[in-house]
Amino acid sequence: MTRQVGQAQDIVLRLTGITKRFGALLANDGVSLTLRRGEVVALLGENGAGKTTLMNILFGQYLADAGAIEAFGRPLPAGNPRAALAAGIGMVHQHFTLADHLTVLENVVLGTEPLWWPGLGRARARARVEQLGRDFGLVVQPGAKVGTLSVGERQRVEILKALYREARVLILDEPTAVLTPQETEALFQTLKRAVALGLSILFISHKLHEVMAIADRCVVLRHGRVVGEVATAATDPQALARLMVGAEVVAPEVAPARPGPVLLALDAVSTPNRGAVPGLKRVNLALRAGQIVGLAGVSGNGQAALSDLIAGLDHPAAGEMSLRGAVLAAWSPRRAVALGIARIPEDRHASGTIADFTLTENAILEGYAAPPFSRHGWMNWAEAERFARRVIRDYDVRCPGPDQPVRLLSGGNMQKLILGRVLEARGFESGPQIILANQPVRGLDIGAIAYVHGRLLAARASGAAVLLISEDLDEIMALADVIHVMSAGRLSPGFARATMTAPELGLWMAGQGFAAGGAEDAA
Amino acid sequence: MRLEPIANPGLARRLGFPALALALTVVVASGLALLAGAEPFATIGLIVQGAAGSKFAALETLNRATPLIFTGLAVAVAFRARLWNIGAEAQLYGGAIVTVLLGTGAIGLPQPLLLALMALAAMLAGALILLGPVVLKTRLGVDEVVTTLLINFIMLLAVSYLLEGPLKDPAGMGWPKSAALIAEARLPRIATGLRLHWGFALALLAAGAVWLIETRTSLGYEMRAVGLNPQAARFAGIAVGAVLVKTALMSGGLAALAGFSEVAGLKGHLSLDLSPGFGYTGIIVAMLALLHPLAVVPSALFVAAVFVGSDSMSRAAGVPTYIADMLLALALLFMVLALLLARVRVVRG
Repeated sequence: MTRQVGQAQDIVLRLTGITKRFGALLANDGVSLTLRRGEVVALLGENGAGKTTLMNILFGQYLADAGAIEAFGRPLPAGNPRAALAAGIGMVHQHFTLADHLTVLENVVLGTEPLWWPGLGRARARARVEQLGRDFGLVVQPGAKVGTLSVGERQRVEILKALYREARVLILDEPTAVLTPQETEALFQTLKRAVALGLSILFISHKLHEVMAIADRCVVLRHGRVVGEVATAATDPQALARLMVGAEVVAPEVAPARPGPVLLALDAVSTPNRGAVPGLKRVNLALRAGQIVGLAGVSGNGQAALSDLIAGLDHPAAGEMSLRGAVLAAWSPRRAVALGIARIPEDRHASGTIADFTLTENAILEGYAAPPFSRHGWMNWAEAERFARRVIRDYDVRCPGPDQPVRLLSGGNMQKLILGRVLEARGFESGPQIILANQPVRGLDIGAIAYVHGRLLAARASGAAVLLISEDLDEIMALADVIHVMSAGRLSPGFARATMTAPELGLWMAGQGFAAGGAEDAA
Repeated sequence: MRLEPIANPGLARRLGFPALALALTVVVASGLALLAGAEPFATIGLIVQGAAGSKFAALETLNRATPLIFTGLAVAVAFRARLWNIGAEAQLYGGAIVTVLLGTGAIGLPQPLLLALMALAAMLAGALILLGPVVLKTRLGVDEVVTTLLINFIMLLAVSYLLEGPLKDPAGMGWPKSAALIAEARLPRIATGLRLHWGFALALLAAGAVWLIETRTSLGYEMRAVGLNPQAARFAGIAVGAVLVKTALMSGGLAALAGFSEVAGLKGHLSLDLSPGFGYTGIIVAMLALLHPLAVVPSALFVAAVFVGSDSMSRAAGVPTYIADMLLALALLFMVLALLLARVRVVRG
């Protein structure tokens, strides 16, 4: 009896039988989860497994159809966003909710002190923030403007915000997605201190080796249901992946590369900065046939500028870009397509597809202006539909039909449609020769990721030059033959596969190699 | 309460809600008639009778619908590409001015050639009027809602100046109106004794042509792509600015045809009361038609019928003609709501 009471007190958060239905979709199906004092629990699951829905229910954004939530032994009223905060549960979102033009201190205090109080009790608040920073190893300058901070520092501010509000339970949603390996390590140190001080942590992720490193226990969601709950010590990444996907996961075989001639080269190319986002700074880059070049880096360091340049949306402000040895003069998206560059855009919703167009209309988005899809300005819809059907069949696009709007598709199927569109582009019987893949698997489930990677490797095998831009260092290290790191618009030298460890690349991502290298920072 | 989108709304839903909207319009309009002290059902009956109750009434409705089809098409084409052309009124007057310039004896040509020349020149004038705002939009990011709207007032003042000055009819007894078109410059009637001119046929033709362009040509594909997602269109290689300019030329030209058809088909001269807001009403016509070029025709007929019917009802029942404006406003509001409800479901919680 006494033991039970002790256990009950030990449990800081208990979700029981949470069920949420959206129309025909069962987003959460009787999900139960407990979090004990001083424990790190990982919530694992693919995109669409129901993690976000569950968190939205916990924070009162959605009303559960069934189930109950208990925090620190007391029931949490449903549908009240403030209740969870008041009960001592803090959340650090993937996309930060900070005001750029306010200082760290102001951001932390915002919403906790009455605004009419002179000075907002600033001295006291400052002392507390500094104390919290020391206790948890969160180094930030309370007086710095948030707009000037790095992504890692902003995340620390978010965590401080939660701690300042006396959170005893921290929920972190994909916290490492935007961090360098070093920043991830620092975050884990903070989390370990927090746990030692008696806090509890719910860690939402799909990066298995991180989960293995930090979590005591893993709860795996699939199709809205808890399909497994294991102690981290008693499992391994393969077993967790199996649980997440529900099937054996086979990593793509990477055969040795046989690099050919340079197909696309940048020679000391610079582009203007765009507001706070740096442009390219005298970038040298060579894409060779039969090779995957990986571009690693924390997002917002000039990857978009490089991607836009190769996609035809931008011109070099200085320096030269050449294709198969010929310097490019006129440069536009259509020209890029015509010269055999297959472009997979970073944001498939905003740039890759038109949501209200049908699959057929989307399939010809790049090729509509030329035969067979149109002649003398008249469309040939029969040909367009034939092409769409071919892409749907060959690229396994799961859809109700070619005449249905693309917005009905899942992210993975949308990406397969884009892949089919750019890889089957007309005029290149042997397929396109240069592939620009910007975050090609972001937000996809494991099956779709394997499919996209398989296609990229197949293109490499058939002689395409691939530029793979990704924030996921694991993806880059698994696929790329040559790795460049981008930081503040500068490009590191190319490192051959397996010559650099993740922490070494992390130093470059943090901008450290460039000063030493010297060659690149002339601009 | 939240709105949840329905992935694939059924036919019943897509037709049921608009039908309900029309029914609601009638009910509320009856209430308004009641407020004005008239018999509700009789009032609605009088409107229907006044719009379509006799051959004369029906032809009057068709005549009134003609400029509305043109301006409705002009707005539908532009809005489809998300080019907010609020200036159909100015483009209409531009077309009317050119029609008068060429049609009052300046050029001697056989009737078909002269009419074709006048129509083309009018379209060119309308297109040029919209070109300025569009170039300002694509080059400098100037909001075309503001520029096209303001040009309407500039055009009205310009017409006023022309009618008091260079274009003033010497035989006009001092009225601000232009000289009459010569006989060869008049659009003939479709059949003798029938008070309906070829402008109406031209409007139907224009609707068909716009529909063909939007659905069967690569330009139409580009226009729809630019309207639905300019960023993706640009990424795919569509020259967004050029497409907007082409759209503007088409839209301005269509609106100018309304001016040509009104002057050459109906009035025979230019005056300041040539258009009782056909350019603005074109926006209502296009919205009711969901920007579909073929649906613009019934939509324009409906709007024209409300106007013509209300005029006649007002004379018979003593209800102010403002009821026509209220009817249209109600129809539009209910229709917009109905179209939203056809695509989403209201969910509690």
